[in-house]
Amino acid sequence: MVACTCGCGEDELTKQLDKVIDEYRGQPSGLIQVLTKAQNLIGYLPLWVQTRIAKGLGVSLQEVYGVVTFYAFFSLIPRGRHKIAVCAGTACYVKGSKTVLKTLREVLGVKEGQTTPDSRFTVEVVRCIGACGLAPAMIIDGKDVHGRLEPEQIPGILEQYA
Amino acid sequence: MKSLEELAKIKASRREALKIREGIPSATEKAHVMMCGGAGCISSNCKDVVEAMQASLAKNGIADQVQVILTGCMGPCDMGPVAIVYPDATFYRRLKPKDADAIVEEHIMKGNLVPRLLYRAPGAKEPTPKVTDMDLFAKQKKIVLRNNFYIDPTNIEDYIANDGYVALGKALTAMTPAEVVEEVKKAGIRGRGGAGFSTGMKWSFCAASKGTPKYVVCNGDEGDPGAFMDRSVLEGDPHSIIEGMAICGRAIGAEQGYVYVRAEYPLAIDRLSYAIDKAREYGLLGKNIFDTGFNFEIEIRIGAGAFVCGEETALLTSIEGKRGEPKPRPPFPANEGVWAKPTVLNNVETWANIAEIILKGADWYSSIGTAGSKGTKVFALAGRINNTGIVEVPMGTTLREIVYEIGGGIPRKKAFKAVQTGGPSGGCIPAEQLDTPIDFESLTALGAMMGSGGMIVMDEDTCMVDIAKFFMDFIVDESCGKCSPCRIGTKRMLEILERITTGKGKEGDIELLLELGNTIKSTALCGLGQTAPNPILSTIKYFRDEYESHIKENKCAAKVCEFVE
Amino acid sequence: MINLTIDNRKVAVEEGSTILEAAKSVGINIPTLCYLKDINVIGACRICLVDVKGARTFIPSCVAPVSEGMVVNTHTPNLIKARKLVLELILSDHPMECLTCKRNGNCELQKLAEEFGLSEIRFEGAKTEYPIDDSSPALIRDPRKCILCRRCISVCTNIQSVQALTVENRGFNSLVAPAFNEKLANMECVQCGQCSLVCPTGAIVEQDDTDKVWAALADPKKHVVVQTAPATRVQIGETIGAEPGTIATGQMVAGLRSLGFDKVFDTDFSADLTILEEGNELLQRVTTGGVLPMITSCSPGWIKFIEHFYPDLLPHLSTCKSPQQMFGALAKTYYAQKEGIDPKDIYSVSIMPCTAKKYECQRPEMFSSGYQDVDVVLTTRELGRMFKQSGMSMTNLPEEEYDAPLGISTGAGELFGASGGVMEAALRTVYEVVTGKELEDINFTACRGITGVKEATVNVGDLPVSVAITNGLGNARKVLDKIRAGEAGYHFIEVMCCPGGCIGGGGSPIPTNLDVRLKRIDAVYTEDERMVLRKSHQNPAVQDLYAEFLEKPLGHKSHELLHTHYTERDHYPKEEC
Repeated sequence: MVACTCGCGEDELTKQLDKVIDEYRGQPSGLIQVLTKAQNLIGYLPLWVQTRIAKGLGVSLQEVYGVVTFYAFFSLIPRGRHKIAVCAGTACYVKGSKTVLKTLREVLGVKEGQTTPDSRFTVEVVRCIGACGLAPAMIIDGKDVHGRLEPEQIPGILEQYA
Repeated sequence: MKSLEELAKIKASRREALKIREGIPSATEKAHVMMCGGAGCISSNCKDVVEAMQASLAKNGIADQVQVILTGCMGPCDMGPVAIVYPDATFYRRLKPKDADAIVEEHIMKGNLVPRLLYRAPGAKEPTPKVTDMDLFAKQKKIVLRNNFYIDPTNIEDYIANDGYVALGKALTAMTPAEVVEEVKKAGIRGRGGAGFSTGMKWSFCAASKGTPKYVVCNGDEGDPGAFMDRSVLEGDPHSIIEGMAICGRAIGAEQGYVYVRAEYPLAIDRLSYAIDKAREYGLLGKNIFDTGFNFEIEIRIGAGAFVCGEETALLTSIEGKRGEPKPRPPFPANEGVWAKPTVLNNVETWANIAEIILKGADWYSSIGTAGSKGTKVFALAGRINNTGIVEVPMGTTLREIVYEIGGGIPRKKAFKAVQTGGPSGGCIPAEQLDTPIDFESLTALGAMMGSGGMIVMDEDTCMVDIAKFFMDFIVDESCGKCSPCRIGTKRMLEILERITTGKGKEGDIELLLELGNTIKSTALCGLGQTAPNPILSTIKYFRDEYESHIKENKCAAKVCEFVE
Repeated sequence: MINLTIDNRKVAVEEGSTILEAAKSVGINIPTLCYLKDINVIGACRICLVDVKGARTFIPSCVAPVSEGMVVNTHTPNLIKARKLVLELILSDHPMECLTCKRNGNCELQKLAEEFGLSEIRFEGAKTEYPIDDSSPALIRDPRKCILCRRCISVCTNIQSVQALTVENRGFNSLVAPAFNEKLANMECVQCGQCSLVCPTGAIVEQDDTDKVWAALADPKKHVVVQTAPATRVQIGETIGAEPGTIATGQMVAGLRSLGFDKVFDTDFSADLTILEEGNELLQRVTTGGVLPMITSCSPGWIKFIEHFYPDLLPHLSTCKSPQQMFGALAKTYYAQKEGIDPKDIYSVSIMPCTAKKYECQRPEMFSSGYQDVDVVLTTRELGRMFKQSGMSMTNLPEEEYDAPLGISTGAGELFGASGGVMEAALRTVYEVVTGKELEDINFTACRGITGVKEATVNVGDLPVSVAITNGLGNARKVLDKIRAGEAGYHFIEVMCCPGGCIGGGGSPIPTNLDVRLKRIDAVYTEDERMVLRKSHQNPAVQDLYAEFLEKPLGHKSHELLHTHYTERDHYPKEEC
């Protein structure tokens, strides 16, 4: 979605964000719910989004930022078009998730938590995705599970994502 | 829902419709195909198999005579996607969309099994077609996962058909709140979240607490990096959580419940919120339940990725929309929990036991398990083991039974080295302790922990120092940073392990790790910090030689660690 | 009462007491670090751990309540070892720059290290590395020295209700800072410096401007004048080890003169002047239907607070500048003319118990003389440092008097140092001006004390004047909310930013706690009683000022030099297109 990101309230994205905020307006306890929905809507949580949420819920920006940086789910920076989540559950670790990560680092040139310069991929490490039977595994875009990974398969898998 | 009679009526009619799942052939239906919809099977694309199955049924003109249902997790994740075909309870595994025709045309239409898709026990020539005959399930006892073979998690009447909400009805109409608390106490159930505190005691403290209103909270922030039991319950049988919480609400005098679920479990959140809506629709949540004047509501709160939120005070703080940092106890949540009001907090697995306890009685429940640990425990079995998946066994089952009889042993003839229980809070148990019957006390005595129930098997190719580093890395990442021993101490432990695993270990490092570990255990603020050194302490206890060969000889026997000059 | 045993001694304390309090009641001092009575009780640092019989782990005595029959040991060998290791861990993530640290010799972490006898740090590894923030004119933040005790957050959030700081990130990467690790100068921080008072280490300290003053004193072309705030004379002794509550007015004056200041003047003088301007403003508002309640405007942290958080209530503020800034404007106009000195050669220094004053003197509104009215502000702590640097033993100096005319004051002016003092001084003058009668009892005791919100009604002739007095911004917020809700039927409100008033200001000597504050408050009233003149309108120098220069209160010159205006500020960063 292309949008003005200034939070001036005029654009469609800001209107949708306001709708999310309205549900908890004036209720500080709704902060995590609002941030979750806001990130799902916008993809990350830049300053203008946090400021708007802080005002809407009636808390300080410090309160919002403290919460955002506490929880791993929240991101302060835009992420790539495709999110690669490498499972770092114990089963995957025992079966070689380290090698998967190493291969991704080599192929994409970015470390976990980083996005490729062309904004194509963001590599993340996540906790058990419950695909222990397929260890080591990774999920791309939250839905495509690639399991029993061997390093040499990885370039081929990545090619499927433009 | 106005009365028990109304509930009984729904139950009777639905049970009739589902009798095929009990093995009784039906006049109108040919089969029910229960396709496992657990995380593992979904990862193996079971939904494609469902689609293929439906296409095949349509092609063969019998779509109206066969139901294909996505259930909760059945357990044997390594074989996924798996399915059970009723009425004959045939278990099929490793299904691909292309197998749909064979099952439909051979099995369902002609009554012939499809041998290539059947389960074979390790070493056995003949397959075991019937799920009830499988060795894998023989030693298991399903209480928490009682419905996972049987019901459609999105159908409240399926849950009712298997005695769902009868326990709530009983608690509301035939028991006083004090009797409910007493029953739970007598059952001897202990919290499944980690430390194993008596659930009944917790309820009684909260019931006696003077503050109002009171709250009931379900901890579904399963964060252990090798565990997905709670997820299978939330996805496979959400009503069992709702019912357990409502019973507790009655027992302690609460009208509001919260379920705290990880954002990483979107399906669980969907299933649970759908179930809450349905329960409300059927009058099993909301106002004046069973016409007794009892009101109860449940809200979902989403956890945004912080392992420490599994700790109770941290979770309750997170529900309030804040940084999920633990607080010193006392005050305990039973007196000052969410919004500083009396709160009962139990984890998913504990809640799933409650309805069964009320329904079948404390005596029945306490007859299962060991002297100090009653009932069953669900484990997520993974790592270097043949049958990866979810298992539920009575307390007191030995590790050997789980690893070799249920888990099918170690693949590729490798030698067993250790089993890690309790995740980052637990420890590694070596081969010589395999015959230990599992309960809260025995695991703690071994330097491990029941924890939430992750159980990872390791073989000769696993380096125990590397495993210790894996867990410490996780803890350093997840430490909230509030108390100094955990914030700085775990970081220092990790740095020492990083030295050791890269060939830079020093004389005295093991002693320093021990000193740090023992001090952090006794000084950290919360359960996460106090148990964080366990993976290191237990591996030093049982595998000290591996540490020494890393430090003194720059040698990693498992060839995992890469030493750089 | 709860009975327990601590270190084999029977102790009986009230229910709800903590183990720490119980131990203290029998003279056992358990070491603490993050704990700060009434402000920060979170059990985070794990220094105050004790051994409680039957407990699985050690117990933080600062938060753990006592229970009947409890058996506590505060110094088992294991406990000593554990505390030492925790301290060693904290030090392993500390820069160890003690010798060059502002808090050298007055650091709680340093003191613990000394007491525990730590001889080595065995851990090498990562250290917290975040940049130093010296953007604010008042305060410097050095996250490397932060031990994450969170006292600053507690005082900023719970006492001052500003919340300019939070914990960011988690685990080893934790950081105490404004959101996005933004610079303090760009935030809603009111620069009150309460954080610097409670910080156990040197992670938040005042900007040190002593070098500028040394340079000015050494410059033969400069005529260097100094004003000393009411609270400083009851604080300065503490910087050289005197008991809290020691009054050292004469020695301070002598010391300043010895340092080389050309004239030693007193903010008490301009405090008296403030009363005449502000008192008349109040009367004018009451008689002409102006905006009421009127609120005092002496406290720059408070001004910044209302500008950020309650800009809609700005018309309630008195337009009077603070005494510091009235002094500054007059020093470079009235005093310069009177003495025939070119104002550009005057270097105006003020000694304040306050960090926000450093910010105030740089505000663009504070250039009424055509120059920056006050050139530099030193906190009481910095003046103490200058005395130390000079090698001067202030206590050995003979007492001296302030210079005339700007050093002449009354007891009323001195009252400005404590919460309720501005109000009491104003009432003394307003009563006599309005009624023309002499007050029988000039002590308005209802105004005094450290209570957060005080209220009183005083009959001034026929008019019952309803007043409120608050100290600490959290308390001010309560009163402002009442005004917003239309429930505040007061005529006049005194607000002081810091708890207890200026004697508890962010530039005060460390430690400044409740006990210390109460002793300093007592000293302020003692100082008032010591004075011959105790009503601002009796100040002869102020009378001369009006006769020679200003003409009358609220007159044209007053408006130019002594009054100001305020600026609405957002308390969120701008969302710009």
